Amino acid sequence: MSTPSRQPQGDVWKLSKLGCAGSRFALSRRSIDGPREARQSESKTAHRLLSGVMNYSDPSIVASTDAPFLSLNGVRKTYPGVVALDGFSIEVRPGEVIGLVGENGAGKSTLMKILGGVTRPDTGTIIVDGAAHDGLTVEASIGSGIAFVHQELNLFENLDVAANIFFGREPLRAGPLKLVDRARLRALAAPLLKRVGANFSADTPVSALSLAQQQMVEIAKALSIKARLVILDEPTSSLPIAETDKLLGVIKALKADGISVIFISHRLHEVERVADRVVVLRDGMLAGTLPKSAINHDQMVKLMIGRMLKEREKAAESARPPGSVALSVKAIRTAAYPDRPVDLDVRHGEILGLAGLVGSGRTELARVLFGIDKSFGGSFQLDGKDLVLGSAADAVANGIFLVPEDRKLTGILLDLSIAQNISLPNLPAHSRRSLVSASAEAATAEKQKTDLGIRAPSVQTRTGTLSGGNQQKVVLAKWLAMKPKVMILDEPTRGIDIGAKAEIYGLMRALADAGVAVLMISSDMEEVIGVSDRIAVMHEGQISGILDKERFSQENVLLLAVGKQPK
Amino acid sequence: MSKKDLGLLILILAVGAVVAIINPRFLLPINLANTSNLIGLFGILSIGQAFVIITGGIELSVGSVVALLGVLFIDFIATRGMAWPVALPLILVLGGIIGLAHGWLITRLKLQPFVVTLCGLLIYRGVARFYTADGTAGFAFGQNFPELEFLTAGRSWGVPNSFIALIVIAVVMWVVLHRSVFGRYLYAIGKNEEAAKYSGIRTGRIVMAAYVICGVLTALSAIYFAMYTRSISPASHGQFYELYAIAAAVLGGFSLRGGEGSLIGVLLGTVLLQELQNLVNLLGIPSSLNFAVMGGVILIGVLVDQQWGVFRARRRMLEATRKGVAGAAAE
Repeated sequence: MSTPSRQPQGDVWKLSKLGCAGSRFALSRRSIDGPREARQSESKTAHRLLSGVMNYSDPSIVASTDAPFLSLNGVRKTYPGVVALDGFSIEVRPGEVIGLVGENGAGKSTLMKILGGVTRPDTGTIIVDGAAHDGLTVEASIGSGIAFVHQELNLFENLDVAANIFFGREPLRAGPLKLVDRARLRALAAPLLKRVGANFSADTPVSALSLAQQQMVEIAKALSIKARLVILDEPTSSLPIAETDKLLGVIKALKADGISVIFISHRLHEVERVADRVVVLRDGMLAGTLPKSAINHDQMVKLMIGRMLKEREKAAESARPPGSVALSVKAIRTAAYPDRPVDLDVRHGEILGLAGLVGSGRTELARVLFGIDKSFGGSFQLDGKDLVLGSAADAVANGIFLVPEDRKLTGILLDLSIAQNISLPNLPAHSRRSLVSASAEAATAEKQKTDLGIRAPSVQTRTGTLSGGNQQKVVLAKWLAMKPKVMILDEPTRGIDIGAKAEIYGLMRALADAGVAVLMISSDMEEVIGVSDRIAVMHEGQISGILDKERFSQENVLLLAVGKQPK
Repeated sequence: MSKKDLGLLILILAVGAVVAIINPRFLLPINLANTSNLIGLFGILSIGQAFVIITGGIELSVGSVVALLGVLFIDFIATRGMAWPVALPLILVLGGIIGLAHGWLITRLKLQPFVVTLCGLLIYRGVARFYTADGTAGFAFGQNFPELEFLTAGRSWGVPNSFIALIVIAVVMWVVLHRSVFGRYLYAIGKNEEAAKYSGIRTGRIVMAAYVICGVLTALSAIYFAMYTRSISPASHGQFYELYAIAAAVLGGFSLRGGEGSLIGVLLGTVLLQELQNLVNLLGIPSSLNFAVMGGVILIGVLVDQQWGVFRARRRMLEATRKGVAGAAAE
């Protein structure tokens, strides 16, 4: 819940106390109530001071800096019981890359909805390209050149790239049949793809593209509608490092074309790399604006949650040396790479990080270890005893649990209550004579809710209404309520806010300290290196190497991930 | 009883009242007994269908199974001289085997429920007709099975025993569906089978069990239907019964996507359907319009339910927004 009565002056004070250069300019723009011209000229000066990298030798860009493409003034939006945005203001200039960060629930999604015309603000004005609106419609948003690239891609996998870019706007051949002019379609798509630096042709089927390439298609689509502001919503959350670099390159190319970008991400080091200015949202309010020179990880985190994160460091400190081998697999093969046998040992009391590029077979390996998929040959041993996994039920019965990658699809049942989700894998223990005992369910859930700090009105709350971080805690809770021996976590912190992330790191470490073997799959390099005791790296279906703590480095992980030897 | 069920009950009572006012014969004991007998017969197979629908599946072969097993049952006891206490469980087992086969094809061989049971619909109908060489299966003159006839077509204190059987089955199945571990698994699978699997539930077995339950209940109702009609022409007996069952479930608030619906709902759905049939007869509506009336009422019912949901959501939203604005103004 937000505290709507808080004054923005408080943030000015906080920022100036941090002593970051230029931040007072950023905020004074908002708080000065003087004549409009004075305000504008000052904001111009401020902008010049702030955007260190802008190319002033290009006259078109200098001219365009005078008028922001988009500005929001005092936008407020309330939902039942929640103030989602509270007097938020922002200006986006042509060719400017704005990093937008904030915890989940800080108001980012609401802001996106307002910009996309999906919802109208209660009060405040939106000025797009000089025209003032009380609220946008979807058509107005598209018409004025605002384009979105969402975290979940909206491409038709069965169509090719060109057909996706121009879907619904295909060039037609003359004649009454209105057939699609395929040649022209490709000819139109090719230059767009070139602009985003794509290394694939317009007739490639989308299903054959990697995630980053699919995002390029989305951006090309945005360019095709002559977008002047591209909003990227968590574009890198599912991308491995190498692909992320490509995407950040595309953002720079957009910027060079004078297109503005709003880059929303939980991955702060990426924001650090591309943003000209970082806008931090907290509780629906502007927590602060960081100019280029003041953008760094710690500042952003400070503004986002107002305190420093020690949890990741804490998670990295293991309290005990790793114990005996818990789960050992020999020569198991997954359906994705049936010709690549995998050997892997996970020890009691350790967090084993499993890194690798997307598509390297990590999730498939996790599915086999959890019994969802069958292994093609190979053997499993749990605590030295042979193990046969015919289904996930077998894995669960043996204390091997999986927190899957896709929380909403496979992790929890959104329609069930928290208590029902937590008891589901262990329902017979919550029943008497095959009849479910609601009181036993509630008791288990209450304990987990307290232990994990699940924020919800009650354990009877529908899980679908919770935030991502709290949903993830419910997934963890259902396994923690049983006795885990091996805990596999597939991208456990994807798309959840930084506060909840820290809590999940703490939980993983607590599990390891209690002797559980923890296997954590992650594409977040900082996370893998920060949290793991050992790192196994996968490359094309095989473990290409295992790094001990002394050899942890981004470079080594990356080298192994592309199949080369580490230093 | 949920609000939805309550609404359905009120609708049933309202329709009943209107029919009774127009034609007082509606309330005659003989009419009520006949209608409740039909409710019993259709209710049993509708409950079976409900178990399949809750998993997100569908069972289209119900009508053909009623014909095939009905023919077999009459043949066993009337022609082959099998004792009915032997024939009855045998038919139930056969129904269970049919359900098991469907469940196996759907869960192990990953065929779509619609396809599997559509093939079943065609196959069992064909087999039933072949079995009797398209003749009518029935009892010889003077052939009597007093105990069996009492249990199936008889009455106790004026109430048809088929209706009493339905009530007993409904109570048992209510506990199974709404209170048991198995029932919880069914709902979980219906809502999200993948997530249920990732929670360590053996989803294949549970879904198969749902089809077996459906098969057994269908077999039981096949026996009741056989004893009610006493002669079966396999070309038409039981035709469209699967649709009655599906309609009852949908009227009762089941979603064909699975994971939604209550036992009371499907019971009330059956009652409403039979009431409508009765209405057509009593109000002198041409019986050829029978299906049209049913279809229309189901459509209206589903529409009202859906629109009511939309309306309520909008009203909740408006109220909350007003509160929010008022709160903002008060600051």
